[in-house]
Amino acid sequence: MSAPVWARRRAAAVQAWREFRTNTGGLLGAAFIALLVVFSLLAPLLIDQDGLNVVTATGSPLEPPSGAYWLGTDESGRSVLLLTLWGARVSLLVGFAATLLSVVVGTLVGVVSAHFGGWISAVLMRITDFFLVLPALVLAAVLMAVLPKSMWTVIMAIGVTSWPTTARLVRAQTLSVESRPYIERSKALGGGHTHIIGKHVLPSVLPLVFANTTLVVGGSIIAESTLAFLGMSGPEISWGSMLDRANQSGAVTAGAWWYLLPPGVAIVLVVLSFTLVGRALETVLNPRLKGDR
Amino acid sequence: MTTSPTEQHAADPDERRSGTSTVRYVAGKVGGALVSLVFVVALGFFLFRMIPGDPLVTMTRERPTGPEQLAHLRERLGLDQPVWQQFLDYVGGLVQGDFGTSYMHRRPVAEMIAERVAPTLLLVGTATVLAVLLGLWLGVRAAWRRGGMFDRTQTGIALALWSMPQFWLGLLLLIATQGVFPSRGMTSVDPPDGFALQALDVGWHLTLPCLTLLLVIYAQYMLVMRSSLLEEMGADYLRTARAKGLRDDLVRRRHAVPNALLPTMTLIFLQFGMVVSGTVTVEAVFSWPGLGLLTYESLRGPDLPVLQGVFVILAGSVIVMNLVADLLYRVVDPRVRAS
Repeated sequence: MSAPVWARRRAAAVQAWREFRTNTGGLLGAAFIALLVVFSLLAPLLIDQDGLNVVTATGSPLEPPSGAYWLGTDESGRSVLLLTLWGARVSLLVGFAATLLSVVVGTLVGVVSAHFGGWISAVLMRITDFFLVLPALVLAAVLMAVLPKSMWTVIMAIGVTSWPTTARLVRAQTLSVESRPYIERSKALGGGHTHIIGKHVLPSVLPLVFANTTLVVGGSIIAESTLAFLGMSGPEISWGSMLDRANQSGAVTAGAWWYLLPPGVAIVLVVLSFTLVGRALETVLNPRLKGDR
Repeated sequence: MTTSPTEQHAADPDERRSGTSTVRYVAGKVGGALVSLVFVVALGFFLFRMIPGDPLVTMTRERPTGPEQLAHLRERLGLDQPVWQQFLDYVGGLVQGDFGTSYMHRRPVAEMIAERVAPTLLLVGTATVLAVLLGLWLGVRAAWRRGGMFDRTQTGIALALWSMPQFWLGLLLLIATQGVFPSRGMTSVDPPDGFALQALDVGWHLTLPCLTLLLVIYAQYMLVMRSSLLEEMGADYLRTARAKGLRDDLVRRRHAVPNALLPTMTLIFLQFGMVVSGTVTVEAVFSWPGLGLLTYESLRGPDLPVLQGVFVILAGSVIVMNLVADLLYRVVDPRVRAS
């Protein structure tokens, strides 16, 4: 691609960042997410993994917060603080990976159905509507029940059930782009399907997809925790599986608030951060929302 | 479960407002719903055939079973038939209300589902009615003073509730009210005599699950009522009403709100999918003996025939509810019919 195009895109990106910076909520969310991602990557170096092992844990069961265990211990005597910090890894990984799967499938279905139209569009939209209507959690849980339980099947189950909103969004955006005259010009000059989709449609659709993606990550993290709470997760430590164990081990009736609060608060903070970033990006990237608030 | 508030709509507005005739519209929607129902039934069958390994191995895991017994079981469950024959038998059974037999309880699945319907309806019904009332009231107040303190606080609370896993909200309520409300079931172990006291007992058990579900679903009503009222507020007829000298309160109650109510009416049905997902987790937390808890128990088992039956019933009812929403939208809004 020619240099002026890249210069223009760089200028647009700089402009978008300048507008994004003025949104305090979005900025705070982005900072928190960045911090958490860096920490999760470094966690194996920072955390003594013996403390995560049921066998080598040193505390006594359901100990309230103290100097030694700032957030108390779980039913096997492990530090809840350590578990919560470690749980960020799986929750974030599942959130990002499921979102990637969901957004790729959704974008593909949306672009293909809008670009080719006709019976392809009819069939794809019928399938999209079907998945849009189905209660996604129930379908994901059923998938988990029949598949071997691991982190990868969780990612798959969430990705497979959450793509329809992206597909709808991308389809609408593609239709509006393709109705513009410059696409007609490109077709008249002999531009093929790949050329039109790759050079014209995707560059103008992707910014919106990106804003939508951050919202999907939040939803995927909630979905992961809900599935884990229903017992549909791998053996890894995640915020959802912590809450499931807390519930199963009677932490609620024992009044062990220190076991319930940290993983839940972590989920809320992360999801809220992604939602704030998503809303901020939407205002920056969607011209229709500008001046509205 | 991953849609954010306000972006959840079964059909896009352009499609609804298009000038197709009523007959074509209804036929299209009913046809679409029927195709979806067929998908659900097929999915219900083939998903459960994806299980790696022999279902008999799963079933007889903890019981020593001789080869003759295995052969007998295989024949009784129809597992010796070719897959298409099994599928036809399954569809034939569904049509006659036969959902198979539970692995764990050795009872007909249809019977187990039937006895769970009433508690779920009670929970979902109460929560929905309260959520509609609360959501509409808050939505009207937020829209009328748009951008004000009340509006911003309400949007903030809705956002926070949306970022919260539903089951965690339930657990928090349980631990915060420690012992004030019962933590499980629908009735006391030893229910009191007399209808009034029994109703009170159920209501007492209903409080927390209902409150959790209410908090999960009211925000959607609030946001839709808010945006729908905002759309009406610039309308000329409101200026006329004000020019007549009507009090602000009357303008709102008699003129603006009735028109803004239309989209929220269909939302009751559109939201059903979200409500179904909500009941699974809420009933699991509070051991409320409804379809959600049955789903939870059959997931944990896993009791696949029960799970299969519950899946078909829940997904099917969501599809039907969405169809109702689409049709109702056409009936209640004369502007759509006329165009």
